[in-house]
Amino acid sequence: MNGLNGLNMFYLIQLLNAVQYGLLLFLLSSGLTLIFGIMGVINLAHGSFYMVGAYLAYWLAKMTGSLWLALPLSLLIAFAIGLLLETTIFSRLYKRDHLYQVLLTFGLILIFEELRSILFGNDVHGVAVPELLNFSIPLTDTLSYPVYRLFVTFICLTIAGFMYFVIHRTRTGMRIRAGNSNREMAASLGVNMPLLFALVFASGVALAAFAGAIAAPISSVFPGMGNHILIICFVVVVIGGIGSINGALIASLAVGLADTLGKVIAAEYSAIAVYLVMAIILVWRPQGIANRA
Amino acid sequence: MPNITLSRTPLIVALLLLALFPLVGSTFYLQLGAKILIMAIFALSLDLLVGHTGMVSLGHAAYFGLAAYVLALISPKYEAANLWLTLPAAMGAAAVAALIIGALVVRTGGVYFIMVTLAFAQMIYAVFHDTKIAGGSDGIYITVRPELNIAGFKPLNLENPAEFYYLALLLLAFVFWFLSRLLHSPFGRALAGIRINEQRMRSIGYPVFAYKLAAFAVAGGLAGLAGYLAACQFGFVNPDILAWHQSGIVLMMVILGGMGRLHGAVLGAFVYITLQEIFSTPAVLGDYAKHWQLAMGALIVVIVLAFPHGIGGLIDIALRRYSYRHPGRIWRDAK
Amino acid sequence: MNEAILQVRGLCKNFSGVTAVDHVSIEVRPGELHAVIGPNGAGKTTLMNLLSGDLPASAGLISFRGREISRLAPEQRSRLGIGRSYQKTNIFPAFTAFENCRIAAQSRTPRAFHWLREARAYDVVMNLARRALDAVGLAPRADELALALSHGEQRQLEIGMCLATEPQLLLLDEPLAGMGAEESARIIELIGRLAETHALLLVEHDMDAVFQLAKVLTVMANGKIIATGAPEEIRANRDVQTAYLGAAQDSLP
Repeated sequence: MNGLNGLNMFYLIQLLNAVQYGLLLFLLSSGLTLIFGIMGVINLAHGSFYMVGAYLAYWLAKMTGSLWLALPLSLLIAFAIGLLLETTIFSRLYKRDHLYQVLLTFGLILIFEELRSILFGNDVHGVAVPELLNFSIPLTDTLSYPVYRLFVTFICLTIAGFMYFVIHRTRTGMRIRAGNSNREMAASLGVNMPLLFALVFASGVALAAFAGAIAAPISSVFPGMGNHILIICFVVVVIGGIGSINGALIASLAVGLADTLGKVIAAEYSAIAVYLVMAIILVWRPQGIANRA
Repeated sequence: MPNITLSRTPLIVALLLLALFPLVGSTFYLQLGAKILIMAIFALSLDLLVGHTGMVSLGHAAYFGLAAYVLALISPKYEAANLWLTLPAAMGAAAVAALIIGALVVRTGGVYFIMVTLAFAQMIYAVFHDTKIAGGSDGIYITVRPELNIAGFKPLNLENPAEFYYLALLLLAFVFWFLSRLLHSPFGRALAGIRINEQRMRSIGYPVFAYKLAAFAVAGGLAGLAGYLAACQFGFVNPDILAWHQSGIVLMMVILGGMGRLHGAVLGAFVYITLQEIFSTPAVLGDYAKHWQLAMGALIVVIVLAFPHGIGGLIDIALRRYSYRHPGRIWRDAK
Repeated sequence: MNEAILQVRGLCKNFSGVTAVDHVSIEVRPGELHAVIGPNGAGKTTLMNLLSGDLPASAGLISFRGREISRLAPEQRSRLGIGRSYQKTNIFPAFTAFENCRIAAQSRTPRAFHWLREARAYDVVMNLARRALDAVGLAPRADELALALSHGEQRQLEIGMCLATEPQLLLLDEPLAGMGAEESARIIELIGRLAETHALLLVEHDMDAVFQLAKVLTVMANGKIIATGAPEEIRANRDVQTAYLGAAQDSLP
């Protein structure tokens, strides 16, 4: 009886991990897919924002001694950085060919990586889980689940709910959806596009950074952390369709499941599981689940 | 798209200069030169896709690295491999991989294509990095360079830097000639049409998917040629050769050099590697030399913002002014 | 009895709730220019897109020379002998006028992936391209970049590309759009000549040209066909007059 219970609990843990990872991915990919859908910009540096958030959290937590302070501060600073980047650099990319967007954002990745190297070095750094949440819920004699991970899931769900509310129930959200389906029309209807773009971009940056910040106690901060997760985000956007928040949510959870399942079945090949899912989707529906190419 | 290649004279002059270089270059510069030639082949292969057919692939390093790994895997541990066997094998593997992945991704377009090419390259990276198939993140050494053995006669000894340089130069010249013929052929013109107006090509009867897939496979095979040479030269292969950083760099070379013009890709490779050397020597950036990528990244950002047509575009404008006064000297008309 | 080269039965196209083409049935016979007219938004261009394969149909049947083509991709329909010109000029701007026709002519080359010989060495293709360019009167402008041509010349090139694929059925979507009187006259004369040897389905707004050229007229409104017949019958048809009076009073002569 105990063995069976243990097996159930083991799968429960994997499921909880999958959902938590999937929701984190959703925070990242929703920003990416919106920036894509509304402004038509492909942004390779989105993963760098994740890294910026993580390192900000690490640094602020070290300085203030409290992750509780570090999280909202990281969010605000990242939002400000996003506004700055949008007005100085990204606003000039909207009309450019995707090729040049790729090139420029690739250059940004190089800059961010080297800045990180100069400011924080190349070591892996841990971030402490706040005292309040630093315990686990016991599930069986041997298995337990960290409360902090539940906290992350909870926060991500809250943010996702908030996003849904903003996009579907507010005027701003309406303008975002309008800009998403037809940019020129929305502009000619009097929506202040430059302001909308700046807000959407900065929000995307803030979301990515927040994801990095909140995940820092779980995954630590290390060089190249942004690049790996960026590619997974691309997979999510491909599967879910550009510009589709719903698609991003479904795809993020699917990817989370595939990744976790992959780790359970064959740890060495787990990374490939995600790409296999993408390959299958490409064969079945070349235009992605929600949208056409 | 009137001007695809330079006319004969500038090409022959360039080839001559490159061929005479080993007479004056030291070993260090010979190795650097060979590296540039190899990356030029890599950039040319991507230019076929990006510049000529309009397919922006962000995962081209996959085929570059795959060929390198094939050489590392089939090379005997302490002897020289046979180039006549291993080179076709490596290029073939790269081309087949490109064919398989291409069949999956070529139907997508625009940004989707960029993302899925990147994702599949990352998948191949994950295979080589996470599993023990090829030494994992430790990589594999190629202790002895391959040899060109024809019934006991060895025309070139690849362990000699100058002779390896000549092999690289020969192969670059061959690839350049091959692509030049390809681009002027019916197949090449069809690719140009696909770049300009894919939908109309379909409506006048071209099986666009087949053409794009063929281009993707050829580009993959040629990238494999470059990867094979890179593995020969470096003597060591690890997953970094497949990393998306590598894909980004070669894409950068193609864009900076000016796309759709074959010499542009070669120029882009030359400029990038030269800049990399300059930025990473302590003489220029002092203590920050190991952070040379910061300077490179900043340069890229500045160039993209300041020059809407890339460096190659600037050179083209200058050359165009010259060619109006001296028609026929620079461009071979490819109307 | 002149057998219909193109038969369309019950063709429909729905765009999430909007029916753009509603059970359209039409026939085109060789040597018999069939024109489709109607007010804006009647679904004429959508119909063209369905016939050329640029849009998949929601329902209905399209047969070409007795063979069903409803599921075929545009490139497959083109190879069977259907040529399409577009209302919105759809050429290769960076190619010369000649190259535009040459690339169209090349599509018929038996073995597709020739990669060793230079494209210009294929005489058959070059001649076909020259003939097509001549037919539309653009021979003097052959070496100009297509983007440098005037609007009317680009419309001519549009048709020239079509001809270079040697089609049996021509689908011409508003070929005279935006043309001046002299250019129009030339093209009308060309279309008239083509109608003798090809099957032609023409969508046009220029009523003078339509009544001059067409042997059969079909009138569409709101995605449906409201009348088909000889030009005189259509002119006298009550429903047609209502449809047009509802839209533009002076467009019907």
